[in-house]
Amino acid sequence: MFSRAYKTVVTVPPLAWVTLFLLVPYLLMFCYSFWSVSPSQTIVHSWNLDNYKELLQKTVYWQTLLRSMWIAARVMLFALLLGYPVAYYLSFYAGRRKDLLYQLVIIPLWVSYLVRAYAWKTILGSDGVFNTLLQYVHLTKHPVDFLLYSPFAVVLTLTHIYTPFTFLPIYAALEHIPRNLVEASHDLGATPSQTFWKVIFPLSIPGVLAGATFAFVLSLGDFLAPQLLGGPSGIMISNIVVSLFGAAYNWPLGAAISLAMLVIVVSLLIFSERLEKKWSFR
Amino acid sequence: MSWETRGGANAAGSNVPRSRGLLLHATAVFAFLYLPIAVLILYSFNGQGVGGFPPHNLTLDWYRTLFADEAIWDSVFNSLKVAFAAMVIALAFGVPAALALDRAQFRGKAAFRRLVLLPLILPGIITGLSLLMLFNLASIKLSLLTITLGHGTALISVATTEVFAGLQKLDRAQEEASLDLGANYWQTFWAITVPNLKLPIIGAALLIFTLSMDEIAVSFFLIGRDNTLPLEIWGRLRRGITPEINAVSTIIFMFSLVTIVLWYRLRMRAEGSVDVGAELVEGSSLNTMSS
Amino acid sequence: MTSPIISSTATVRPDRAAKSTLLSIRNVAKSFGRNTVLRNVSLEVAEGEFLTILGESGSGKTTLLRIIAGFETATSGELWMGAERLDHQPPYRRRVNTVFQSYALFPHLTVEENVAYGLRVAKRPDAEIAQRVAEALDKVKMTAHATKKPSKISGGQQQRVALARALVNRPRLLLLDEPLSALDANLRRQMQVELKSLQREVGIAFVFVTHDQEEAMVMSDRIALLRSGELEQVATPREIYNCPATTYVAQFIGHTNLLKGEVKDGVVRCGTLSWTAPLPNGPALFSLRPEHIRLAGSGATNVRIRGRVLQQAFHGATELIRVDCGGLVLVMRTASTSAMLDEVELEFAAPDAVPVRESPERN
Repeated sequence: MFSRAYKTVVTVPPLAWVTLFLLVPYLLMFCYSFWSVSPSQTIVHSWNLDNYKELLQKTVYWQTLLRSMWIAARVMLFALLLGYPVAYYLSFYAGRRKDLLYQLVIIPLWVSYLVRAYAWKTILGSDGVFNTLLQYVHLTKHPVDFLLYSPFAVVLTLTHIYTPFTFLPIYAALEHIPRNLVEASHDLGATPSQTFWKVIFPLSIPGVLAGATFAFVLSLGDFLAPQLLGGPSGIMISNIVVSLFGAAYNWPLGAAISLAMLVIVVSLLIFSERLEKKWSFR
Repeated sequence: MSWETRGGANAAGSNVPRSRGLLLHATAVFAFLYLPIAVLILYSFNGQGVGGFPPHNLTLDWYRTLFADEAIWDSVFNSLKVAFAAMVIALAFGVPAALALDRAQFRGKAAFRRLVLLPLILPGIITGLSLLMLFNLASIKLSLLTITLGHGTALISVATTEVFAGLQKLDRAQEEASLDLGANYWQTFWAITVPNLKLPIIGAALLIFTLSMDEIAVSFFLIGRDNTLPLEIWGRLRRGITPEINAVSTIIFMFSLVTIVLWYRLRMRAEGSVDVGAELVEGSSLNTMSS
Repeated sequence: MTSPIISSTATVRPDRAAKSTLLSIRNVAKSFGRNTVLRNVSLEVAEGEFLTILGESGSGKTTLLRIIAGFETATSGELWMGAERLDHQPPYRRRVNTVFQSYALFPHLTVEENVAYGLRVAKRPDAEIAQRVAEALDKVKMTAHATKKPSKISGGQQQRVALARALVNRPRLLLLDEPLSALDANLRRQMQVELKSLQREVGIAFVFVTHDQEEAMVMSDRIALLRSGELEQVATPREIYNCPATTYVAQFIGHTNLLKGEVKDGVVRCGTLSWTAPLPNGPALFSLRPEHIRLAGSGATNVRIRGRVLQQAFHGATELIRVDCGGLVLVMRTASTSAMLDEVELEFAAPDAVPVRESPERN
């Protein structure tokens, strides 16, 4: 129905822009990762695998990467544990209040990341609200200092930030489940609990996978929360990359690490997508 | 869980079961989500500044300091400029992209779709760094322009997803009727397609604007001499906490709140029910927008 | 066939002393907020009978079914099954199963697993489940598709699976919510016959909901006609057709001519028509089925009237002819004829004009 001219006009400009500002930069990053930096702080365009060798050999890099993945895994787990029951409650039990509660869940999503990370910083610090509260009610005498500047703080903050992200696709998946399936299950003798595990949960798996992937991937690449709240023990792989593009000035190495991250992330996305397809019954 | 008629009523009036356990859990999660923000807001009025419990000596001083702070105002204006420009870019390329995905068939369409949506799901650092490398290679100095280009590019994905969803709901027959009655494609586009996309486009614009104002991950790497508001705050945070930051955070929260509720209402009007952001996330899982 | 006395109650009790009552619906009413959907419905379902709840959309028939299944709770009234109060039990404890209008097959389970669902939930032994599922699939002729997923079978096949899934649990009562409405006409007619014989075979009471009066007549042992939340008449198909209780019943089921007349001293006068009828003095309404009107022959005892043909509609085996008889328009049904009629004389037998009540006002 649409003329070729029309289709060309709508396709070419976005394609061009996206190629220039997305595809080319990613390719550049790919290229940079094979270059190196000279002692005089310039980037040498000589192709080699040194960066990758360094990445694999130096323990600090892959250790930090593993630690980052562990942090991301915990965030994913907690976000799911927090987000799923809320989504389930909203979809099946909230009745008239569903709309309002839904808005309440998504509002934090759009409130600045920085604001929320900062909020936790003020709460968890040794001078912070939580500590002074504990002292005020005489639960502790001295500030508890493992709260801030630790992986715990990072996991806590990222969970706070990504729980609504995880909630969204789970809620969408649950809403898509026809209610008559639930009635049919009850009709056939299954209690609400049996119905949940045999019918509702299996049909919500695509949403769970999407939410989990989202939380994991975004946590993995996060550098703001660790920088604000992580302390030396909470450094994540992206912080290393940031410093390589900053004070430590080694763009090629930084690019290599970023590329490694990109590969991990994309692999996860593809894997997750395949699983989702397998579990989607349309 | 009991099935008795104690259950609450849903909109249709039939019984909705109750579950105390789930309600408790949900309340706890809501508390978790909002308490930090509540604390933040509360302490923006605290005379002692940040920390310390309980808050006392309530004052508006921090807000006064905030309003007198030139650097903050500068960064706000910078952010506004960037946000508007990014909005224009994202819509200018995102709307055609949505149309292309909805209507055109071409080789590499699947790849195109994924590429457009990639910035949504990738950590900002990757998008930011790759653009940095581009600008570096092209010898473009970092400035508000580079930030704008970064935001615009990343947010095309938001525009595309929102408009695409609107297109899916558009009745093809309307456009066919217009063509049948003698209008050409261009006329039909402006007379029929665009008015039907008004609400999704406005919704997308609101979202893009808000996201740009708050954006920090990509901006971090593309910043020149001028700061945007989030980066200005970040800079101060590195130097230490001041209650002024609580005040500006509170204001940011209020604006975001208003914007999002507005956007939600807009979507409700457009569609009757809202799959808010779920498309964003679904779209980013790369398999709902079928070619 | 004798002409009945006007009955004063809306329900006609079937004289099936042999069949006992399975389900007793007593004074059930249901409102959604300010919207009253069911008012004071009382009905008894006998063991092994095929009962159809017939009504237009909005009549409350689906709501009534959902109340029996347990998905809605009545605002007032009671449901009893045997000596047990049914409406206090959640749906998963009732010995009632439902075939949903949209079939509601579980998309993530195969046909077999769908059918086995109720048995698995009840934790029956595997061997028993396998045997009963195979039996049920065989009854609905879906054995060949046992390992397929619902998305891979047709609508008609899904409907059979839904049926098997419900029946395999040997419920005491099977509810069917317009299960044939999504099928095309031919498949529908075929399924009507199959469902009826299936019901005879398994001997379980079926409560069938539909808005299609022909379907109701073909399949049911009894029909309960529901209008605006109240029962208009409950009777066998023949009784409901031949002796409709009210004008609504007469017009809803089949075609009819409604005649308004005045009775005086045992004689009905309706326009230029008159005939004798043993009825009290006063205004009266009559239902006269089109097939009972014929072109006038030589029978002298029949009521006659002249008229001009307005429209002759060909319906295949029969024709419907609209005749203007001096202001009174009558519709008659005759075997198809190639003759184009113009001025005609019509006749009918007086007993065929069945007295009916005006349907009560319902808002």
